[in-house]
Amino acid sequence: MELFKYTEPVKFMAKSRHFGILSLVLVLLSWGLIFTKGFNYGIDFAGGTLIQIKYDKDAPLKQIREALAKNEAFKGANVTYFGSNQEIVIRTKSSTSSVGNDVGDEVRQLLKNTGNFEVRRVDMVGPKIGGELKEKGLMATILAILGILIYVSVRFEWRFALASVAALVHDVSIAMGAIVLFGIEVNLDTLAAILTILGYSLNDTIIVFDRIREGIRTHKSVNLGEIIDESVTRTLSRTVLTSLTTFFVVLTLYIFGGEIINSFSFTLLVGIVVGTYSSIFIASPILMWLGFDVRGYRAKEAEKLKREKEKEKLRAMYEQGTL
Amino acid sequence: MQRLNYRVVIFAFAFLFGVVFSIPSLTQSESGKKITLGLDLQGGLHMLLGVKTQEAIKSRIKSIAGTIKYILDDNDIVYDDLSIQGDKITFKILDSDDLKKTQELLKKEIEGVTILNSGDEFSISLTPKEIQKTKLMAIDQAVDTIRNRLDQFGLAEPTVAKQGTDKILVEVPGIKTPADEQRIRELIARAAHLQMMAVDEDRAARVYNMSPQEAKKYGDVILPDVKDPNQKYLLKQIPILDGSMLTDAKVGFDRNNQPVINFKLNGEGAKIFGDFSGKSVGKRMAIVLDNKVYSAPVIRERIGGGSGQISGNFTINEANDVAIALRSGALLAPVYVMEKRSVGPSLGADSIKQSTIALVLGFVLVVIFMIIYYGMAGVIADTALIANLFLILAIMSLFGATLTLPGMAGIVLTVGMAVDANVIINERIRELLRSGASVSKAIEEGYKNAFTAIWDANVTTLISAVVLYVYGTGPIKGFALTMSIGILASMLTAILGTHGIYQMLLPKIKKERLNFWFGIKA
Repeated sequence: MELFKYTEPVKFMAKSRHFGILSLVLVLLSWGLIFTKGFNYGIDFAGGTLIQIKYDKDAPLKQIREALAKNEAFKGANVTYFGSNQEIVIRTKSSTSSVGNDVGDEVRQLLKNTGNFEVRRVDMVGPKIGGELKEKGLMATILAILGILIYVSVRFEWRFALASVAALVHDVSIAMGAIVLFGIEVNLDTLAAILTILGYSLNDTIIVFDRIREGIRTHKSVNLGEIIDESVTRTLSRTVLTSLTTFFVVLTLYIFGGEIINSFSFTLLVGIVVGTYSSIFIASPILMWLGFDVRGYRAKEAEKLKREKEKEKLRAMYEQGTL
Repeated sequence: MQRLNYRVVIFAFAFLFGVVFSIPSLTQSESGKKITLGLDLQGGLHMLLGVKTQEAIKSRIKSIAGTIKYILDDNDIVYDDLSIQGDKITFKILDSDDLKKTQELLKKEIEGVTILNSGDEFSISLTPKEIQKTKLMAIDQAVDTIRNRLDQFGLAEPTVAKQGTDKILVEVPGIKTPADEQRIRELIARAAHLQMMAVDEDRAARVYNMSPQEAKKYGDVILPDVKDPNQKYLLKQIPILDGSMLTDAKVGFDRNNQPVINFKLNGEGAKIFGDFSGKSVGKRMAIVLDNKVYSAPVIRERIGGGSGQISGNFTINEANDVAIALRSGALLAPVYVMEKRSVGPSLGADSIKQSTIALVLGFVLVVIFMIIYYGMAGVIADTALIANLFLILAIMSLFGATLTLPGMAGIVLTVGMAVDANVIINERIRELLRSGASVSKAIEEGYKNAFTAIWDANVTTLISAVVLYVYGTGPIKGFALTMSIGILASMLTAILGTHGIYQMLLPKIKKERLNFWFGIKA
C-alpha cells in the first residue's frame, strides 16, 4: 500500500507564514491559559492526600461527603467518581506527618457506615516534598533541553539546534496549554509525558532535519526553500506513518490503560499531534527565518573537508618520513 | 537459507537470548531471574520519612545528664539542682573542695561537651561538632533500626535506605490489608524508648495538683499511666537507666496468661539497676515505655541479674511488635512522613491487567498495520518488533529491574517508536526502488541513508530518557528505564536484525514482485 506518492515536492514553504501565525497564536493562547488559569497541580507538586476507594456497589457520594464533613481535616475535600461509579477518589490539601496513624486510617473510620469498601490507594505528599519535586521537574526539563541543544549543535549546526528547540518549546507550550484547558491534573507522570514529548517531537524534527542536511549537501539548488520543500515531502510519509502508529498505540493506552495513567496518555496524545504538525510545518521554516545560508554551509563543509584532507596528507607524509 | 550473514546470526542470537531470559518473568516460574514488579503493580507501601533530629539532641542531653548523675553519686560528690535547661545541663556542687575532682571526672568520662563553671555552678552543653554528629547518627541509626524491625517482622524484601542526607526511604511490598499496613507503620514509628524512672516519693502525693512547670522545677516530670491516662505519676526527670542497656526482649505470659515482655539488661545496666534498687528499698520504680508508665512496683529488695518485665494491657500482636521494637533498639529521634504512597494488591492487579490489554492491543494494531502497508517488509519489521519486546523483558529480568505502571506505558510507547526505524528504512528503500535502483542496491543504500537519521533521533530521545531517569522518582524511573532499554534494543533488532534478514532473503526478492515484498507497484 502507498499513501504518499508525490512526484513533485509539496510547496510547504509558500504557506509557512500562515502556519507560523497559527502557531504563534496557539502558543500565545497557551501561555495566556497557563498564566491566567494556571496548572491544576495534583498532590505530587501541591502536597496533600489522595485516597482511592472502591465500593462493592455504586459509591454513595452524598453519604461519603457527609461522613467526611464530620472531620476538620476533610473540610474542602473533593470527592469524585474515578473511572466507574463504584470507585471514588478523595482529594484533600491536608497531609499528616504521623507515621502510625494517617489520613487513610481516618477515612476508613469515618466511612465505616457508608457500605462495603476497600481502600485501594493512599498517596500523601508533604508540602516540603511537593516543592522539591517541582524544582526537580523544572530542572529535568531544562537539562533535557540543554542536552538536546548541545547534541544537535554538534551534529548539525547551531541554527538547526535553535530551530529544533524552538519547535520543542512550541510543542511543549501547546501541550501544556491543553493540559490547562482540559483541567488535567499535573502530577509526576504528566511531567514524564512532557519530557517524552520533548524526546518524541525532537525525534520527528531530527528526521526532517537529517533530510535537509542531506539535501543541502547534494541538492542542485542553493535555494533553502526548495531544499526544505523537497526534504519535508520526502519524509512526509514516514512522519505521518510513525505518528499514526504511535498515536494509535497511545490511544489504546488512553482508552484501555486505566484511569491512573489517563493524564499521562492524554498529554502524550496532544504532544504527538502537535509534534507531528510542528516538524512538518514549523521547524523547517524557523531554520529559514534564522537566516540559514546554504552557500555558506557548503563552503564551510568544503573547508572542513579540505582541512581534513590536508591533515591526512600531512600524516601520510609524516608516516613516510618525508616531513 | 542461502546467505547466512553475521547480522542475521547476531539477530537470531539476540532473539533467542530475549526469549530464554524472559521466560522466567513471563511464566512467573520459581527459578531464574525475574522482573520485580513495582509497588504500584504488586501493591505495597512506599514512604519517605524525615527524622526529627532535634529530638535526638534532646535525648542525648538527657542521657548525658543521667551519666553525670551516676558519676557524681558514684564518687560521693554532693550536688544539688541537677536539671536540664534548654540545651544545657546545670547543677551545683555543695562542697567547693570537690570542684577540681568534678571537673576532672566530667572531662574524663563525657565526650563532646563544653564544660563551663562559675564557682560551684556547672553548665554543660554539646559542642557544635557533637551536635552535627548526633544528628547524623540519629538518621543512620533510624535507618538501621527500621530495617531491623521490618526484617524481624518477617516481611518479604523490605527496602530501607537513606535518601539524600536527611531522608529515609522505606518500601514494603506485599501488604495484604490496610490494617496490616497500619500495624507496620506503627512498628516503624514506635520510638521504643524504655526508661526506668524513680518515683519522687517526697512529692508524689501532690501529683494531681501539680503543673508540669512546677514539676520541672523539682527536676521531675509527670507521666500518665498506659491503661488509665487519668492516673499520673510524678517521676524524677533523669532516668535511672534506659533501653540502650537492653540486650534482649521476648514475649512471655504472666500468671493470668496475659502477654508480657521480659527483658534483660547488659552488665552495666544490671549493675546500675542493682545499685539503685539496693539503695531504694521501699520506694517505687516506674517502667516507662514511650513516655507512658506501664507499671510502678515497690522495690522490696536489691534486684540483681538485670532482668525485668513490662506488663500492660497488650494484645499478643502488640506485645510482639513492642518486643521487636525493643530488641532492634529505640529510635534516637522520632520519624515523620514526608511522602507516602500505598497501593492495595487489588488495584495493582487491575493496573497490570489494564496496561497489558493496552500493550497487547497496541502491539497487534501496529503489527497488522505494518503488514498491510509494507507487505513482507512489514513482516520483517514485525519480527524485529517482537524480538525487541523479548529483549526488553530479558534485559530487565537479568538486571532484576523494577517494572512500574509508567514502565508499562514506556514499553507500549517503545512499540510505537521501535517500528519507526523500520518505517524510515522502508521508505528509503521504496524511494530508491521507485527511482529504478536494483533491489540489492536499494536495500544497501536505504540502510545507509536511513542510519544517520535513526541514530540522531534515537540519541536525542535517549538524552531525555536519561535525564528523566536521573531526576525522576519511583515509578517514573521505571518509565525512563524501559524506554531507554527499548531504544537501545531497537538499534539491534530494527536496524541490524532486519538488515540481516533482507541480505539473507535477497536472492528471493524479485523485481516483479515488489508489491509483495515492499508494498509498492513495480
